[in-house]
Amino acid sequence: MIEGYSGRRDKAAGTRINRAPSPVIARVVPWLTILFASLVPGWLVIASAPMLPPFGFLTYMAWKQMRPGLLPLWAGLPLGLFDDLFSGQPFGSAVLLWSFSAIAIDYFEERFPWRNFAIEWLVATSLIILYVLACYLLANLVAAHAPVSVVVPQLVLSVFAYPLIGRLVGHFDRWRLIAFRVLR
Amino acid sequence: MAPPTNKRSGYSRRAQLSSFLSHTAGVVSMLIGLVLIAISAINPSSFSSLRSLAADATDPAAEATAKSRNVGQQVLASVTGFFKIGGENARMQKELAIAKTKLVEARAINAENQRLKKILGITQQRDDVVAVTTLTASTPSSTRRFATIGAGSNKGIHKGMPVRSATGLIGRVLEVGATSSRVLLITDTESLVPVRRASDGVAGFAQGQGDGTLRVRLVNLGINPLRKGDVIVSSGSGGLYRPGTPMAVLTEILRDGAIARVIGHPSDTDFVMIENVWAPPPPPPLPAATGAKP
Repeated sequence: MIEGYSGRRDKAAGTRINRAPSPVIARVVPWLTILFASLVPGWLVIASAPMLPPFGFLTYMAWKQMRPGLLPLWAGLPLGLFDDLFSGQPFGSAVLLWSFSAIAIDYFEERFPWRNFAIEWLVATSLIILYVLACYLLANLVAAHAPVSVVVPQLVLSVFAYPLIGRLVGHFDRWRLIAFRVLR
Repeated sequence: MAPPTNKRSGYSRRAQLSSFLSHTAGVVSMLIGLVLIAISAINPSSFSSLRSLAADATDPAAEATAKSRNVGQQVLASVTGFFKIGGENARMQKELAIAKTKLVEARAINAENQRLKKILGITQQRDDVVAVTTLTASTPSSTRRFATIGAGSNKGIHKGMPVRSATGLIGRVLEVGATSSRVLLITDTESLVPVRRASDGVAGFAQGQGDGTLRVRLVNLGINPLRKGDVIVSSGSGGLYRPGTPMAVLTEILRDGAIARVIGHPSDTDFVMIENVWAPPPPPPLPAATGAKP
């Protein structure tokens, strides 16, 4: 049984006779996209100021909101560890904050079973703002004091980048459920 | 959006147990994160070997990306250059005329400098560049400013070596892996470089602020002699950074120092040089002491 597949009628998935999505791809794609988003933005620009949004975290949030239950609650541990290897934050900060936001999202899901776009957006935006500020505080805990104005451009960019990343994750979600495996 | 699946476990023992375990795992991973942060707060270099391993593993892909990143920048620069060419040309001709006279002056000063050094008997030790490589990655979203270079202990890199581009100082090596190393950029808040004003040698310290600027603090308190547009270079006092490496231009004057913008901007450098750790030359022997010896 593939989570998020049952009961979903999609143009790409499910309409073709004698074909089914590959369970491996359906499970692995979310993890791979999050790892990719943690790793690759660091290669694209050598930044002298923290300008780019935390793409790894945004992708993680987008998957959590798009497919509740697809990533287990402990997914923040391995994914956060990987993010910490490349993010430059004090080691363990992503593990803590990603696990915390997983629990927070889980709580909101149980508290508000019927959600509309506004609630989802509000939850995501407040978690992103909390995340960026918490990262800033944790970095200051270990290193010398940086003024809080440093993270303001990043905050704005992150909030505006989240819907775009949600869109992208939506495409990946459709792609991972393409039925191409031949059933016998 | 409709609620996904019913999360109530009901009377099923198995469902109850799995729900309980998943929540416990979530809380446990949060606690593990807390413990890791505590360890890295006490000893920031405690996970450096893990980070080096990860950087080494991803280094080939990062280097390939760095090459295409440089090409992309060059394409952009040529396109923007096409639109600015007229004004740019006039300005550069004016600058060239000034630079030519300055060059003659500099040659004369250099010759005089050599002559004086010969008189003093200082043998000028020339520390060579250890390696030339590319900046392959950086931390894009953290307030800590680190970059990764594509050379490690295989090219003779050691901890503490200063890293510079053709235009100015970039940072120093913090963690060394096999084929890659981690560089603390001078804009990081932990980076503190002894500097002096290029024109007259007013001494101070430049600390990164995390946002691409440096905070310059003067050693001597009193009337602030700094002016907007002054160039600061590393002074080499205390060793490590080679004296005279260009660092930053002052953009804003404060009561006890200034805010400066770095010259060797890491985002538009394609190649960086890693230099040997600089040690100040030992003081020359006292003439009296050498004379007293038979």
